[in-house]
Amino acid sequence: MKTKLLAPIAALALVAACAQAPDQGGAVTGAGQATGPRPGTQEDLVANVGDRVFFDFDRSDIRPDQAPTLDRQAAWLQTHRQVRVIIEGHADERGTREYNLALGQRRADSARNYLIARGVDGARISTISYGKDRPAVLGSNEEAWAQNRRAVTVVQ
Amino acid sequence: MTKRLLSPALLDALERISLSRRALLAAAPVVSTVLALDARAQAQRPVIDITRARTDPLPIAIPDFAGAQPWGAQIAQVITANLARSGLFRPIDRRAFLQESPEATPRFAEWRVIGAQALVTGRVDQQGDRLRVEFRLWDVLPGTQIQGTAYTTQIPNWRRIAHICSDAIYERLLGEKGYFDTRIVYVSESGPRDRRIRRLAIMDQDGENHRFLTDGAWAALTPRFHPNTREIAYMSYARNEPRVYLMDVDTRRETLLGNFPGMTLSPRFSPDGNSVILSAIRGGDANIFVVDLRTRRERQLTSGPSLDVSPCFSPDGQKVVFNSDRGGDQQLYVMDADGGNVRRISFGQGRYATPVWSPRGDLIAFTRLTRGTFAIGVMRPDGSGERILSEGWQMEGPTFAPNGRVLAFWRETRAQDARGGGYSARLASIDITGFNERALPTPADASDPAWSPLIPG
Repeated sequence: MKTKLLAPIAALALVAACAQAPDQGGAVTGAGQATGPRPGTQEDLVANVGDRVFFDFDRSDIRPDQAPTLDRQAAWLQTHRQVRVIIEGHADERGTREYNLALGQRRADSARNYLIARGVDGARISTISYGKDRPAVLGSNEEAWAQNRRAVTVVQ
Repeated sequence: MTKRLLSPALLDALERISLSRRALLAAAPVVSTVLALDARAQAQRPVIDITRARTDPLPIAIPDFAGAQPWGAQIAQVITANLARSGLFRPIDRRAFLQESPEATPRFAEWRVIGAQALVTGRVDQQGDRLRVEFRLWDVLPGTQIQGTAYTTQIPNWRRIAHICSDAIYERLLGEKGYFDTRIVYVSESGPRDRRIRRLAIMDQDGENHRFLTDGAWAALTPRFHPNTREIAYMSYARNEPRVYLMDVDTRRETLLGNFPGMTLSPRFSPDGNSVILSAIRGGDANIFVVDLRTRRERQLTSGPSLDVSPCFSPDGQKVVFNSDRGGDQQLYVMDADGGNVRRISFGQGRYATPVWSPRGDLIAFTRLTRGTFAIGVMRPDGSGERILSEGWQMEGPTFAPNGRVLAFWRETRAQDARGGGYSARLASIDITGFNERALPTPADASDPAWSPLIPG
């Protein structure tokens, strides 16, 4: 009886975590708990490491306040050596489509280069850019744009 | 030459819509057969051109064509809509007409009295599975025919005849080619903005004959026409590898342009159709390459740690305009087609992007981005004479109609809440004078239009 009830509740919790992920951004820290996501998964990365870093307008260099997230990602990737990731680069809507495709790619490459410099094998990291075409936040204001200028690390 | 063919009254009317003299390109579009009904009118053409903003559009009467229906009425309606949309003609309300479908010489007094300066008449005959359409253009005041042509085509193709007649009227009266027998390819967008489905779609310039070219399984962006209007180049995310593809729009057969390393984007055909110019991203830098379509070999035009995107050839193929952040932010640059002699041409307020060279060679259209406002504008290829045509929250991606008189682009509205409510993306067109902005109808949200050249044959 108990297990029957628990299964759907656990599934619900997972969905909620995914839906919230964009808002939590890279701010999430802290060690995984025994009952937390399975280590080495996207859920683990989101909950315990931070799956994304943010960029300034029209920039692709790693901000000092974002570097700790990539440091944790590098350590996490060293721990989970079987994991391969793709870094998705994005831009906010205040640019043109073609330029933002290039800008998103440069952001993804910038994050990838950072991880490689921290000792992660580059063969484990691929990149892709979606430019401004896949916003994480749908608002049309500074706060939303700051959330959308991002590079998101996704476990493959 | 012009004055012998057009009456002083019609010339006057044309002068009032701001026409001045200019050399003219030859050759009229043909469906299958063109029959000259008036050899004199065919042999001599006006040499007049639009240089300034219009004042009064030309009053023109376009009664239903006689003969086989419903095509006779429908062809007249399509011509009427085309000419009205151009902003340069004012089709007279059919309810004012005193005679219907004149077949022989019209009773000109009845057209003069309702204010018509020009009159279009025609006749449609069904011949098996084909239509034969005759049309005549009359200068109303002296009562003379100034154009007469017959076309035949398959019945389902009747709209093209209406567009070709529209182009003939436009060209005969304004002295430059029309843009009605053309198509627009664009990106159709559906679904919530963070999970958009983006499909390539193609339609006639008036929104008719709409069909999808891709199924939306992978996003496709930035479609651009080959000069033959039958092929497009575009970027597809097929198999999650964003790269440039080519497609035959009739068969919808897609081919990868080439197996180049990294992302390739912002393709455009060269004016001779033999190569594609694009950006390729390698090591975080976007540089411009030209890919030969026969050998598939690439030639690199720009290098260095910048984002060089949106390249576009000049119509003579001698120059390339593109945007680059090499100077710190996005600006427009022109270089020789071999990559040499690069110089910046944009120096106004804000960033500049998506440059496209007019088919006439005289202007470059662009998107200008400032903090709160995006704009579509034009400047001369040396960067002088900048004019903003339209401004708004978000607009980008101008594309010229083949006569260089009209631009299409896309506009987005600002989201009003955190769920993206109030957001829309729509196509629009505007004259290079900055007048006559109009929505281009599409079934769903739309972005990234590209206007085809005139359809051959």
